[in-house]
Amino acid sequence: MTEHAVKYDDEAWGPGPWTPVRTPCRFRNPLSKWRVWRNEAKCIQCGTCVEVCPYGVHTRVGKFIRKPQSYLCLGPACDKKDFYCVRHCPPQALSLRLHPVYTTLGDHRWTADLLLSTWWMAEFGTLPYADLEYRTGNSGGGFDKLRFFFPPQPRDLKLRHEDISLELPLNRRHDGRPQVVLSVPWYSAGMSFGSVSINTILSRVRAASRFNTLLSTGEGGYPEELHPYDDHIVTQVATGLFGVREDTIQRVRMVEFKYAQGAKPGLGGHLLGDKVTPAVARMRESVPGSALFSPFPFHSVYSVEDHKKHLDWIKEVNPRALVSVKVSTPTDVDMVAVGSYYAGAHVVQLDGSYGGTGAAPDIAKKNIAMPIEYAIPKVHQFLVQEGIRDQVTLIASGGIRTAFDVAKAIALGADGCQVGTAELVALECIRCYQCESGRGCVRGIATTDPELVELMTVEWGTRRVCNLYHAWSWQLREILRRFGMRSIRELVGRTDTLVHLDYYNLPVEDDIRRGV
Amino acid sequence: MPEKYHIHVRPMPSRFPSVGKTTVLDWGEGCLRCTRCVKETCPYNAFRQRGFDDRSLSDTIDTYCKNCLRCVQGCPRELVVKAANPQYRRLGDDYWTPAILQSTWFQAETGKIPVSGAGYGGPFAGPGFDSIWTDMSEIVRPTRDGIHGREYISTAIELGRKPLFLVFDAEGRLAFEPPPRVEIPLPILLADPPFSAGPVPVRRALTGAARRLRTLAVIARENVDPELAAEAEHLCLTFPTGRVDTEDPLLSRVRLVELTDHEGVLAQVEAVKRRHPGLVTMIKVPADEGAAARVSELARAGAEAIHLFCDHHARGFLGARERHLKDLLRTVHLTLVEDNLRDTVTLLASGGIALAEHVAKAIICGADGVIVDLPLLLALECRLCRACQRGGRCPVDIDSLDPVWGTQRQVNLMGAWNHQLLEVLGAMGLREVRRLRGEVGRAMFVEDLEREIFAPLFSRPGPEGFRREGE
Repeated sequence: MTEHAVKYDDEAWGPGPWTPVRTPCRFRNPLSKWRVWRNEAKCIQCGTCVEVCPYGVHTRVGKFIRKPQSYLCLGPACDKKDFYCVRHCPPQALSLRLHPVYTTLGDHRWTADLLLSTWWMAEFGTLPYADLEYRTGNSGGGFDKLRFFFPPQPRDLKLRHEDISLELPLNRRHDGRPQVVLSVPWYSAGMSFGSVSINTILSRVRAASRFNTLLSTGEGGYPEELHPYDDHIVTQVATGLFGVREDTIQRVRMVEFKYAQGAKPGLGGHLLGDKVTPAVARMRESVPGSALFSPFPFHSVYSVEDHKKHLDWIKEVNPRALVSVKVSTPTDVDMVAVGSYYAGAHVVQLDGSYGGTGAAPDIAKKNIAMPIEYAIPKVHQFLVQEGIRDQVTLIASGGIRTAFDVAKAIALGADGCQVGTAELVALECIRCYQCESGRGCVRGIATTDPELVELMTVEWGTRRVCNLYHAWSWQLREILRRFGMRSIRELVGRTDTLVHLDYYNLPVEDDIRRGV
Repeated sequence: MPEKYHIHVRPMPSRFPSVGKTTVLDWGEGCLRCTRCVKETCPYNAFRQRGFDDRSLSDTIDTYCKNCLRCVQGCPRELVVKAANPQYRRLGDDYWTPAILQSTWFQAETGKIPVSGAGYGGPFAGPGFDSIWTDMSEIVRPTRDGIHGREYISTAIELGRKPLFLVFDAEGRLAFEPPPRVEIPLPILLADPPFSAGPVPVRRALTGAARRLRTLAVIARENVDPELAAEAEHLCLTFPTGRVDTEDPLLSRVRLVELTDHEGVLAQVEAVKRRHPGLVTMIKVPADEGAAARVSELARAGAEAIHLFCDHHARGFLGARERHLKDLLRTVHLTLVEDNLRDTVTLLASGGIALAEHVAKAIICGADGVIVDLPLLLALECRLCRACQRGGRCPVDIDSLDPVWGTQRQVNLMGAWNHQLLEVLGAMGLREVRRLRGEVGRAMFVEDLEREIFAPLFSRPGPEGFRREGE
């Protein structure tokens, strides 16, 4: 056991339904798009605002009126409502404006709106009612330029969410190995113990287990704390072979071979010395404080035959495990995928360059390998042409931010997705890009610093990720309902459900909060 | 194996506080005087370290703040807020963006590659160099580990004319005198920036950097004072149209000269070569609509090296004003290939090379190497405000810089660039930068990916809106 491990022995925890539990921000002031500001000098504590606001922005304890909870506010759209607090305030002590921090939040891919709406989903398990864009970012291409083209009326009006299946079978090879069926078409991406805290891993694995899906350990060993969740673990074998043992391979239902990582394609992994705490070092069988390099590539694999030998080795060690191959997106990504199929992989995972990582050179993240949006249809079509599409499970990862990204990736040709950053955002990552520096994430997510780890409990984290998963499941079912599809499997490769704004000039609206 | 090239970087602190993308605003009014104020518990100690810089009259907190928002989210009265910094947005221009400036300052200060956590957060693609992705090797093609030093990747190039074949005499000796070549260990020449508040110290720093990097500093002949002349072997003299004194004693001490293209340039090259046969000459050709034909003509006539230059935003001139350096380079390179001249001549490109990735991409598009100028000025903390061009005061006192400091900053920047070039080469599995030239097959262009992948899926024939009825 590691010294700062959080023990969480809940025998009853496992797959099952999830009812969202409101799980507010860990910090005193939740961030928001709009800021309701009360001028204390003018306020007469009359409580009118508390009475009019139906969203709970204004609350009181006894006679004292608390600071407004701005993130619950509708924003300027409220001006049209008859309960607009600013108008009702007798001494005109209230004002509403854009929160200055809003303009500093986020980036092109994870815009402030996406961060805020993901936080909302993690808190409530529902879509935000305020004017937040929850589907796309602002990168100006790829997923952000694709829209679902819903029919004006759902084809099957009787179709209810309960009738729609999100199940994803992983073994499509019929090779006698066990089937693993996930209840949602995504699983958690590899983040090693060391790059993120044990609390982060436990929160994610508990959510994965509740939603009957998987979590990849990343290349950092298999912490004992994960043993109760063995059936929901994918363990990673990467080039450094850190923490890989026969025992770890025999525990799990799927083993992931990491050939490359989208954020640093063609380059090895690097865990900075500061993050190699005694616990991390023990897990990885190395020395505390000394940086760990994971070389690139596997020097034992220079051909599809070598590749097959590797997979056979895993299959031999664990006869019930499925094998997944994680590759990046070079020009010949389609050939790599076919090669992986012939080597015996059940799952081919394409990792795009937008994915999160502990530390990667900016030049690699931006410039090396093609965007995942191009790679998915390229590989899908090639596998179809080769006649082996039905035997491969194609997983997209590296920049899947929203339920809409999941649905779009599937419509482009993937079977499912791996998500990582979105879960960290649910745990209140603000994408400050400082995961790697010093003690690591000062928000207590991507760190192993004992003091920082304490900023987050497993209980809180589990609920946040479960709420997010709940909101995503609802959105995916709603998208399928509008197309009259009973299963997510029907959406695979259906590019006709999408329009690309560069090729389509009429306005398209795919906001599922509105309409039928 | 050639001697291993290593650039010795060492931290060289900036003289002025950096301009943060966002800035901290805090109000004292209404403060509750908590016993544990968020400013005391800042994980980065930004509030303890902050000071006031009396030269730029600004708070130095942006240098320490890493945007974790713990203070913003922790202050009970919400008195601490982060807001966009208007000064940051005013930096540079739409090509030399604030992000490029900041990244360059970081590299010049530390000599390190910019590394960050979390994924890529930038735009999907963009104009110019941002429309290219480089390839990587996977499974069946080995990569090279140049960065951690386990494998050697050469970044050396040779400037000069190359014979297409060798001729030997009966005794097996080379039957002709091979043309002179200049080998530089990194594919970058350093050019004197076209403006700066302190041209003299900037040139000193630049020459020092050229010496340390074993490359050349491209400086106009008229600007070479006796002190610089002492460093002649690290200089490439550049001459404006039609003015070369072949008896200039400096010519016998430099290895490369650059002559500006004009009608009589070939005669000029011949005159220089007759007097100084060991000298390599380079002809500076503007990237206009006739550049490809002109470069081909010059190469056929025996030019040794060509310098194709664009403006500072990587745009061509005259009829090629709308074209980007990458496209112009591809045209010039392909024309030379088709005319069977490509391997005879060295092609260098300049204009708008702002980041390390631009070096790799320019080479992919057909250049042998690049010439950089503005990034070297940025390394000296220049803010590209261009006040010096208007006769104003330099906000970062470039006129009074210490050339030793400046040299190390420029060496740091080039060291970081070289490492990034190694990252790109390593990921592609290339062992030398010369192999990268013109390798468009190891790159992905957004227009090709759109045409091959998205267009067949999303551009449908028929009138707009027909699907709506069809649904």
